Amino acid sequence: MRNAVLAVMVLGAAQLLRPALSAEEAHHPLDWENWHAGNEVTNTDSLQRGARNFNNYCSACHSLKYLRYSRMAKDLKIPTEQLKANLMPPGATPADYMQSSLQSADAIAWFGKEPPDLSLIARSRGPDKVYRFLKTFYLDPSRPTRANNLVLNNPAMPPVLSALEGVKAAVYTTTKSTVDGKIVETKVFDHFDTVVPGSMSAEEFDGFVRDTVNFLDYAGEPAQADRRSIGVWVVLFLLTFTWIALLLKKEYWKDVH
Amino acid sequence: MASNDTPAAPGFMGWLNKRLPVQQFVREQLLEYYAPKNFNVWYFFGSLALVVLVMQLFTGIFLTMFYKVGDTSAFDSVEYIMREVDYGWLIRYLHSTGASAFFVVIYLHMYRALMYGSYKAPRELLWMFGMFIYLALMAEAFMGYVLPWGNMSYWAAQVIINLFSTIPVVGPSLVEWIRGDYGVADATVDRFFALHVVAIPLILLLLVALHLVALRQVGSNNPDGIEIKEKRGADGRPIDGIPFHPYYTVKDVVGIGVFLTVFAIVAFFVPTLGGLFLEEANFEPANPLSTPEPIAPSWYFTPYYAILRAVPNQRLGALLLLIAVLAFFFLPWLDRSPVKSVRYRGLLFKFFLGLFTVSFLTLMYLGMKPATGAYVTAARLAAAGYFAFFVLMPWYSRADRTKPVPERVRFHA
Amino acid sequence: MTDAVATGDDTNEVDQGRRKFLTIATTATAAVGAVFTISPFVASWEPSERARALGAPVSVDLSKLELGQMVTYVWRRQPIYIFKRSPEMVQSLAAHDNRLKDPKSKESDQPAYAKNESRARRPDIAVLIATCTHLGCLPKQRFDKGDAQLGTDWPGGFLCPCHGSRFDLAGRVFDGSPASVNLRIPPYSFPTPTTLLIGQDETSAKGEA
Repeated sequence: MRNAVLAVMVLGAAQLLRPALSAEEAHHPLDWENWHAGNEVTNTDSLQRGARNFNNYCSACHSLKYLRYSRMAKDLKIPTEQLKANLMPPGATPADYMQSSLQSADAIAWFGKEPPDLSLIARSRGPDKVYRFLKTFYLDPSRPTRANNLVLNNPAMPPVLSALEGVKAAVYTTTKSTVDGKIVETKVFDHFDTVVPGSMSAEEFDGFVRDTVNFLDYAGEPAQADRRSIGVWVVLFLLTFTWIALLLKKEYWKDVH
Repeated sequence: MASNDTPAAPGFMGWLNKRLPVQQFVREQLLEYYAPKNFNVWYFFGSLALVVLVMQLFTGIFLTMFYKVGDTSAFDSVEYIMREVDYGWLIRYLHSTGASAFFVVIYLHMYRALMYGSYKAPRELLWMFGMFIYLALMAEAFMGYVLPWGNMSYWAAQVIINLFSTIPVVGPSLVEWIRGDYGVADATVDRFFALHVVAIPLILLLLVALHLVALRQVGSNNPDGIEIKEKRGADGRPIDGIPFHPYYTVKDVVGIGVFLTVFAIVAFFVPTLGGLFLEEANFEPANPLSTPEPIAPSWYFTPYYAILRAVPNQRLGALLLLIAVLAFFFLPWLDRSPVKSVRYRGLLFKFFLGLFTVSFLTLMYLGMKPATGAYVTAARLAAAGYFAFFVLMPWYSRADRTKPVPERVRFHA
Repeated sequence: MTDAVATGDDTNEVDQGRRKFLTIATTATAAVGAVFTISPFVASWEPSERARALGAPVSVDLSKLELGQMVTYVWRRQPIYIFKRSPEMVQSLAAHDNRLKDPKSKESDQPAYAKNESRARRPDIAVLIATCTHLGCLPKQRFDKGDAQLGTDWPGGFLCPCHGSRFDLAGRVFDGSPASVNLRIPPYSFPTPTTLLIGQDETSAKGEA
């Protein structure tokens, strides 16, 4: 009995050392609408972690139908053996596109709609919005998934990361305003409170989400790192060319009075 | 002046020149074409427009090699180009940036004409050809935008084609005829592809050729609005003119260098330009059941879009949009001033030109915003400012107190 | 020269040397730029990633292949003949070198490991690209010895229906054929004793996935 009590006390203390919400997130009111993903697609380590995260938590339902495993492995510098062992479903070959095994009929039966393909999600919504989406799930017992989301209201998607992040509840404040001479009270979201801690600390979970968003950013446009590095040379060349052409112009225009 | 007088050059060039007037062409069009010596920065945009045209043709041809037209294949084929064709992403970005660059260049090119009266006699036809090029370009850009078959492509097609339903009597059946189906569909994108890739480029090339021939015929205007051909030296050449080659060939190369540098910065570092050049909503496939919010055409159409929405009546709004575009055609006859260039115009013209400029830019901004509340009021005011430039021009261009136009052009070495 | 352009005043001599140098510099830079600009467009014509993926190595299960049986697979849009040669078939290959145009495959195109007597890694498994080296038709199987049409000394092999080229059981071309070199052989390897992998060997060991 004494050991059990001690164990509970130690575990409880350990949870205290792993706050589920970061200092920023415990602010009032929470400035979630201005959160930035701050990801860098040149950070290959982060992309590798993001690929792993995607494979473990997202690929069961979401496809990346425009991205091949082999292309991802080449860009993210993942050796073929590790690709096949950790990042590919059974039966897939490296040249295949990253399809999810979730059948359309099942998806509709379980979730009400098909989970969208995520190849271009970072381009159509922007990495910041994806980041905010993944970090603002909160407890909502009235919904079939028992969760809701600040970015996308009433999402069909369940809070798949709650084991890592924990479960948080939304806390509202009421604001009074005057509409047509009458005083109206509206509930406004203020901040989150942790209900159940997850296996990751706030910083760890934040890093997890950033890595995943980084990977999705890469998946939206795999050529972007090349694009920027080639661009530097192109612009430098054009500046040089323009300067030489300017010298030529000035030389000839000495004639003109 | 006939080519028979040209001494025969030896070798290959002699053989060629006897059969094709190459040497004569170079001599007449480049070496002996005298352009005013006082061209300023506003005079770069004609040659830049030509550069962008060539670039769009070249990148467009290559895109056509990989793009697969059709409602079920188009969107996927664009992603195929972006990801799987070697340097496909570069060809695509050059083409999408080029489309917007075309309008930047053309608007600045047209604005030069407004400032310096380049549309006035004897350049009315030159201006008309230019206006037809502008119309063809708008059609080309609109159809090109539909081809990726993203969600914005679909809804832009839906909205713009629906404008034609406002035409009395024939409207609704005309719209079905344009679409080739009961809604924007496979048939629509198929025909837009043919028009965008073949028909309109051919029309554009013809119009550009006519535009250049008309220019050659009357000679260029200049920032002082003086006709340089009226003052010739003892050798018969305009004393304020310089041969196009080498002076303007060499100067245009610099202009091209600067332009390409800016262009490359955009194409390589910010090709979407925050959603202005490549809308975020277009990275989702076309969905007839979901309209993007907010919905707006590309930035180069938003001034006219704002005018359309400023009017509470759909038919009247469409009519006003049409008038807003066509108004430019009438400038040579609306403008009653004896003076061409804004440098020698009075305060009235300067005011109305300034009002037009501010109104146009304001309308461009408002066209991107939702049509609610204060935005609508502002759009109405800006539309009024826009139309005032044209409608009141017959009065203010004549009532204006102009300054005396100098004999010779103003040139700073 | 008109008024607008420099005249008589000889204190401003036109520096033709500088003009020439700058013109050459500008033109040369532009030419370099033009080459760099053209290269991505040229590169875009290379087989795309999709073509490369569809051209990925093809795996063939050999466990059910019987003696004398031939199967045809497609690799990189080319037909590939795979057949199992009996020991007699392999032995017969040495008997007619004097009737072949290129008996040692010196002029022909095959991987290094296929330049041997049987033109194969394993003498019992023949892998040949089924494209006649004359003008590209599909040669027809004529494995039976002493074929009536081909003559009593026919050792078995292939006959091309288009212009009559003949090849032996190792794809080597006979004298008198319009074709001048032996049938080509693709890269291949045996990941397991009963699996043939067309399109991948040691030189492409990184795996063209």
